[in-house]
Amino acid sequence: MFARLPKRLPAPILFTRRPVCSSIPRKSEALFIHRDTPYNNPKIAFEFNADNMKRAQEIIARYPPQYKKAAVIPLLDLGQRQNNGWTSISVMNYVAKLLEMPPMRVYEVATFYTMFNREPIGQHFVQVCTTTPCMLRGSTDILNACLEYTGLEKAGMTSKDGKFTVVEVECQGACSNAPMMVVGDDFYEDLTPATTKKVLDAFAKGQKPKAGPQSGRRTSENSAGLTALTTKPYGPGEFCTPEFQ
Amino acid sequence: MLRASSSSSSAMLKASLSTPALSRPFRAKLRLARSLATVADPPVRRYGGLKDQDRIFTNLYCRHDHGLKGAQARGDWHRTKDIILKGDAWIIQTIKDSGLRGRGGAGFPSGLKWSFMNKPGWEKDPRPRYLVINADEGEPGTCKDREILRGDPHKLIEGCLVAGRAMNATAAYIYIRGEFYQEASHVQQAINEAYAAGLIGKDACGSGYSFDVYVHRGAGAYICGEETALIESLEGKQGKPRLKPPFPADVGLFGCPTTVANVETVAVAPTICRRGASWFASFGRERNQGTKLFCISGHVNNPCVVEEEMSIPLKELLEKHCGGIRGGWDNLLGIVPGGSSVPVIPPDVCAEVLMDFDSLKDALSGLGTGAVIVMDKSTDIISAIARFADFYKHESCGQCTPCREGTSWMRNMMHRLTEGRAHTREIDMLLELSKQIEGRTICALGDAAAWPIQGLMRHFRPLVEDRIAQYRAANGPVAFGGRLVKEMNDDIAIPDNLGARLPEAFKAPQSPA
Repeated sequence: MFARLPKRLPAPILFTRRPVCSSIPRKSEALFIHRDTPYNNPKIAFEFNADNMKRAQEIIARYPPQYKKAAVIPLLDLGQRQNNGWTSISVMNYVAKLLEMPPMRVYEVATFYTMFNREPIGQHFVQVCTTTPCMLRGSTDILNACLEYTGLEKAGMTSKDGKFTVVEVECQGACSNAPMMVVGDDFYEDLTPATTKKVLDAFAKGQKPKAGPQSGRRTSENSAGLTALTTKPYGPGEFCTPEFQ
Repeated sequence: MLRASSSSSSAMLKASLSTPALSRPFRAKLRLARSLATVADPPVRRYGGLKDQDRIFTNLYCRHDHGLKGAQARGDWHRTKDIILKGDAWIIQTIKDSGLRGRGGAGFPSGLKWSFMNKPGWEKDPRPRYLVINADEGEPGTCKDREILRGDPHKLIEGCLVAGRAMNATAAYIYIRGEFYQEASHVQQAINEAYAAGLIGKDACGSGYSFDVYVHRGAGAYICGEETALIESLEGKQGKPRLKPPFPADVGLFGCPTTVANVETVAVAPTICRRGASWFASFGRERNQGTKLFCISGHVNNPCVVEEEMSIPLKELLEKHCGGIRGGWDNLLGIVPGGSSVPVIPPDVCAEVLMDFDSLKDALSGLGTGAVIVMDKSTDIISAIARFADFYKHESCGQCTPCREGTSWMRNMMHRLTEGRAHTREIDMLLELSKQIEGRTICALGDAAAWPIQGLMRHFRPLVEDRIAQYRAANGPVAFGGRLVKEMNDDIAIPDNLGARLPEAFKAPQSPA
């Protein structure tokens, strides 16, 4: 598209003359335009491996045959998992071919949803929730602890050794267990800066710490002792109307 | 009768005359010996205090097996066949009688909604019919569906079958947000077990009714919680809400009749059918019946998710299940009672409001999803609401201009207000802006973005004004848009409408900066 432009525009034209608008255009937080790079271009081949192909067929079978494209989100997710956690242009093109839909429709989907990373990420993808319920419980400290541990300047970067990518995300739906972060697919909840570092430390060593609350409680119950569901759950037919006993 | 009452009243009069030193309330108590009126006041009913035997989600805390065996031991899939054989009209009437209202936020009566699928002559329509379960739980503060998905997935699957039978659906899609990976795997496991046991699929539960259930994982977009956006997303497109009409009950998923329902709404349906509509309707106030999952987060001592009776007083909910507010009730600053999209309510309202649709609506807020976000006095409430503005800016799908542009504007203004770098008139400008967004978009995300800010200004406006005054005291006057007047260059022409020279009713800051 830009092939016909001269390789380098004379600098003064670009930077010194801004005759009408004097403000700098504000960029969105993610680039929505694909630019060919050595690591991300359509020439890099991508195909599902045998396992994923089987899974893909299972997923496609869930939808009516004339609406195969409904499977685009699950398939992109599969592709992303196979492609080291990010969705390259080749993954998108491959999914488009598999589902017989125009590639543009796949690009639309891949740019709309936040869980598709269109740039490579580190080995461990750390997502810290900073929306209000977590913020009230101190997610800023958690984010800072993550950044300090990984030595990053700000969220959205990958550490130099390629082990960690730390990003800030919106609400992950574990608000009663705030503050929380997601590493890979697992939720780590009820964090303090100390336990955050412990979790990251375990990941750095190649272990997999136990997911869930890090404070000692099991799920989202009252941490001071159960206030509900203290008795044995009732069995089949109990308390039902006579018809259903 | 008349004589008796008059004599008693005269006796009482005498009594009250003979003791002139009695205080007023005591006299009032004396008069309680009823004289003329014979209608007794109904006893005041207190809500809350749900017993374990009346809780529907008995594995909310994942203490028991979430698989088929454990679920059956807890009463799931018990005589589901008989429910199915009762037929669609019976199920819908039961749900209508139970007073169940949608648990996803809008609170639309569920029985009525399900009945829209069975229009006269629906049998002649050859199209397949779908039930779509909205498990795209993303509203900040809300974490109730997650507990159902991982603890009681079989309740949901059974609910799909019962609700699907009620609306004569052929299949159900469960749209789970992409972040809920473990939860989705629990649901998938439950589906596989149910298929293997012949509970769903062809001839579900041996009733002759054919019904399929599929899981669909999303990929991280709050807007997909809106019903038509969810349908779009399920079709493999960007999650951008559709215009209504046509309503999904006519043209929905894949162009077929569809009903989108929340996880909790559907998951309670089998239990209601088995235990009777009157049992469910016995909880909560009129028009707000039932039990509900509440998720409490923020500055309480022990945040938790709990199933309670509807209409439980907010204060009781917090003190009974969450160990009260951090630092005591007096340390309360405000509560967002129903997830990020409802306005905040101040402490005096919190003390008496009941957790149901109508009471919270009267308090100019809403029940939403029952997500209670508590803020104590250590909170900077302006930045808390500004964070909501950030959220909505991030999650706006970009389809309608008022929302796409307005959320950015509101976010920028809110962030200036957290510093106080604004002109006092900008508060009203912000409110006007929020009114321009509200009701002018296809879906409710625009409204949801506007309401928290309106709530903030309704109850905490002095705080915002004070913040502005503090900034002004430190940095001099500020023009509209956040430019400092002292930094403006007087040599160049600056438009007069920036408020730089506007006389301002300037109050000294109330608290030290």
